Amino acid sequence: MKADRSAPPGHIQRLLLLYPGVLLAALFGLPFLIMLAVSVFRRQVEAFYEPAFTLANYAKLLEPLYLERLLFSLWIAALVATVSILVAVPFAWLLARSAHRTQSLWLVALLAVLSLSEVIVGFAWSLLLSRTAGLSNLLVWLGLLDQPRAWTPGFGAMLAGYLYLVLPYAVLTLYPAASRVDPELAEAARTLGASELRAFLTVVVPVLRPAMTAGWILSFVFTLGVYLIPQILGRPQHWTLSVLITDQAVYQSNLPLAAALAAVLLAASLLLIALAGRAGGSGRRA
Amino acid sequence: MSRLGWGRGLLFAAMGLFLLAPLVVVAGVSLNAKKRLFFPPEGLSLRWYLRAFEDPGWRQAIENSLLLAALSALVAVSIALPVAYLLWRRRWRLVRMLFVAGVAPFMLPPVITALGLMIFWATLGLYGRFENLVLSHGIFLVALPLITLKLGFDSIDPEVVEAARTLGADDRRLFATVLWPLVRPYALSGYAFAFVLSLNEYIIAYMVAGFTVETLPIKIFNALRYGYSPVMAAVAVGFVLVAGLVFGLFARFGDLPRMMGRLR
Repeated sequence: MKADRSAPPGHIQRLLLLYPGVLLAALFGLPFLIMLAVSVFRRQVEAFYEPAFTLANYAKLLEPLYLERLLFSLWIAALVATVSILVAVPFAWLLARSAHRTQSLWLVALLAVLSLSEVIVGFAWSLLLSRTAGLSNLLVWLGLLDQPRAWTPGFGAMLAGYLYLVLPYAVLTLYPAASRVDPELAEAARTLGASELRAFLTVVVPVLRPAMTAGWILSFVFTLGVYLIPQILGRPQHWTLSVLITDQAVYQSNLPLAAALAAVLLAASLLLIALAGRAGGSGRRA
Repeated sequence: MSRLGWGRGLLFAAMGLFLLAPLVVVAGVSLNAKKRLFFPPEGLSLRWYLRAFEDPGWRQAIENSLLLAALSALVAVSIALPVAYLLWRRRWRLVRMLFVAGVAPFMLPPVITALGLMIFWATLGLYGRFENLVLSHGIFLVALPLITLKLGFDSIDPEVVEAARTLGADDRRLFATVLWPLVRPYALSGYAFAFVLSLNEYIIAYMVAGFTVETLPIKIFNALRYGYSPVMAAVAVGFVLVAGLVFGLFARFGDLPRMMGRLR
């Protein structure tokens, strides 16, 4: 038996709810409502915005400039999520089969990297891919390259930065499911003569499929939220929706447009998270 | 295990190299004797680490960030504790809604929360205050202590609670003598999680108070635009060490695999 839940509701417990309730409503609920309201307001430079009802901010999303950014954001998110999941699935499965100590060590590393600020990650990769401190020096030393080169900014550098952020995230979303796969499943396949790789592909992957779908969607949403990597490691043509939102809000002082872009991002994210919940949920029941 | 052999070793080594390489270069660059960003470093020196504390700009940013992280993690835990407790104690719908509201900002792209909070504070005419930043980070990070505390309450042995009830403990006494001592480590890990993430958080700090309060990530990003210096690398190494230390302590004193969702 857990705590007695049929007991008459205590007044103190209701009072206890007041504090988190008020704070969450005021600082989470209210800002979202205001943001949605501002997304249909008109831009007014001195006062941030003026009340109105216009869909012009949303219509902007159909202009080539914004449409292109939106499509690019979706494409890069799909690419990064796919690569991350493809690496994360075998990695998470092998990690879950490792000794407890090995698992702890890797989890420390993954969590530490995951918690690093995008500023730090961007800075570190721009050093690694730079001319003076970078990887190219090593290749020159090894005789594989004539002279040191700078690989940043560029699409490849940006992709590396993205993967550095998203790969640990993908591993950690798959880890719980991977640790629940019965090791005897793969063992049985091998006893029947399947190779290690074959057993993994034909037995483990199908069991993990719902978790993979959920993990892919979550990684996709996570990638959509990256906002500094394209600015540090990419070029302006690599800017994403998240960068555009910051840019409009802070530099162009166009809060209504920023709010409309954010509302679109919010709607897309909520829809995807709901889908991920369903995919993951059906997996747990199976 | 041995039959997983070389494939496993190869994948683990590749992942380790990928995760470590940029950090090794940052650490190397931070040791340069001159104000150059060479790797391997030319000459060895720890002066850039000292400089981070001597230079008034960096020092201010370090103080801002540490104070912000310490206070906002406290706010996050103080909001999470009553929600997690009531989630365990009662089946109230409102509590479950608060739980979702607490976890939500963390699931969504952070720029959305950042913009929402920016517009919120601007509308109130309170743009750019440190206190607002503490509250904003506190709300954003509630998810972490909320999740660790839920794990803590769920892991309490029902028989212990039953025994305390039989001995006549009321809710208040039960909380003080049984529940709190049992969930305290979870509250502490939630606090540490929130602390590390507040320290590293950029976008909300930038949009809520970026022009008045310079936190470390903001300072590094601003410095990036005016050219690189080894001080930035030294500060970045500090971030990696803090994160490694905190999660290392989790692993040392707790069961990290279980905390991250392992069941078996």
